[in-house]
Amino acid sequence: MSKLADFLQKNESELLSDWMNEQLAGVRRRDLMNDADLQTQSAELLRAITQAAKNGNVTDLSRGEWTPVRDRLTDISSSRAKQGFSSSETAMFVFSLKQPLFKRLRTELAKDPETLFTETWHANTLIDKLGLMTTEAFMKTKEQLIAKQAEEMLELSTPVVKLWQGIVAIPLIGTLDSNRTQVVMESLLSTIVATNSKVAIIDITGVPAVDTLVAQHLLKTITAAKLMGAECILSGIRPQIAQTIVHLGINLADVITKASLADALALALQKTGKTVVRVDRANQKPGERKDGVDEKDLAEKKGA
Amino acid sequence: MDRIPILRMGNFLLVTIQVDMHDQLALTLQDDLTSAISKNGSRGVLIDISSLEIVDSFIGRMLANISAMARILDAQTVLVGMQPAVAITLVELGMAMPGVKTALNVEAGMELLRELVKAHHLETGDDDDSQN
Amino acid sequence: MMTTLKTESVPLRSSADVVTLRQKVRAWTAELKFSLVDQTKMITASSELGRNTVSHGGGGNCLMEVISNDIRSGLRLTFEDQGPGIPDIELALKDGYSTGSGMGLGLSGSKRLVNEFQIASKPGEGTRVSVVRWK
Repeated sequence: MSKLADFLQKNESELLSDWMNEQLAGVRRRDLMNDADLQTQSAELLRAITQAAKNGNVTDLSRGEWTPVRDRLTDISSSRAKQGFSSSETAMFVFSLKQPLFKRLRTELAKDPETLFTETWHANTLIDKLGLMTTEAFMKTKEQLIAKQAEEMLELSTPVVKLWQGIVAIPLIGTLDSNRTQVVMESLLSTIVATNSKVAIIDITGVPAVDTLVAQHLLKTITAAKLMGAECILSGIRPQIAQTIVHLGINLADVITKASLADALALALQKTGKTVVRVDRANQKPGERKDGVDEKDLAEKKGA
Repeated sequence: MDRIPILRMGNFLLVTIQVDMHDQLALTLQDDLTSAISKNGSRGVLIDISSLEIVDSFIGRMLANISAMARILDAQTVLVGMQPAVAITLVELGMAMPGVKTALNVEAGMELLRELVKAHHLETGDDDDSQN
Repeated sequence: MMTTLKTESVPLRSSADVVTLRQKVRAWTAELKFSLVDQTKMITASSELGRNTVSHGGGGNCLMEVISNDIRSGLRLTFEDQGPGIPDIELALKDGYSTGSGMGLGLSGSKRLVNEFQIASKPGEGTRVSVVRWK
């Protein structure tokens, strides 16, 4: 049973001021937090620790009485991560409590080396654990921030464009990972439905490399589109990628491929019953065409 | 017992599946459709699954079976309106449903059905007067 | 540290029960705010495994649990039956394998629809399949 709680309670104000001095002497990010706020944060944490330690248990921090301390530390860590503190700076907030604590303990228990050692050890392990907790919470917040940013970037980089009535295209740029390909897939399929498109062109001109996993994802997307009633054309396959595909033994037998986006578009137009006709403007009277086709009539057909 | 209604449109049959089917209901549909094709001499079947949020391997197999059975009875089948999430899940499950024709919606489905029936008649030299 | 936030046991004795299970899984995954595709995958997996429990396991139940570790939360479904068991699990997990009674894609397919998949089965001792989908 640790007597740390009593000790903390008795020496609260001195501990706090010593701790503040420690912190102010170390790396002090005044640009991110002013002294008054730091003082408040430190005081509240110290009080919480004192309260929790009253049960006599300072080794098992998963127990109920330590929940307020854990929550408080998680909040502090989390907000510091968002504010721009580094993980060490955040951990030091907790670790810097050691020195003042040990100093006071030594003064207080000078005559009782046995107890001094025990309580110092308790205090040491306690602060280590609190420090680790702080770092973990910090990391978690950072990871969440990164995940959110990645998601936002993902949304920006996978636009699906309508090329013509009934034809959509998705120009993929950059490396495709599992996560991104999933987003691409869902985006393409929902756009197919929304625009009522029978043909979808997946252009991979901007994709530097394709591995088995990416190829599998693309194939899944194409199969899913087919199940829904739309056809996919894969275009922009660079020679190196064609080689990789063959080497990896990926079977593209059921997939229509075109070397360029232009070829894919031509095929897509054909599949949707459209045709592109050259208009010779040089030698025709207004309203007349060389091949005898009525321009207005053709324009109406094209827009259909 | 509840059944899924089958509508007749000239030479075609139209089925709209809107409920979360339990196995028995699905099998009943299979029976009802094959009977209806036979009884009406239908040339085409349009199955609208745009309201189906879940298609598992059982339902998938049932749909593929209907398509196969219809073909034996000289009718073409088109499945329309599959939701993206359903398509993605079916592919992940490994059900590619080869041999099943699909279209984005009822309109595109009817168009496809007409084309298929026409092509089939040309192929099989059928000079039966099929109005649709 | 894994905690269970919510549990419910769903009996699986008939195909109507499988429909009930699908609806419950839909409700729970929607509550957990799973994406539409993830919801669909999980519901479909529950349908496959639920059906197996009813038709091959002679009936059983599904334990639904909302679980959470420090990083994320998810849904765990554990299907249990006292049926004949699966003599060769590896074979059963192969795509397209069927005992003639249509087990086919259900087991192997479900595995691809979830993040974690565990199966324990011995002939004569029933089967337990546990799957997890994380948010």
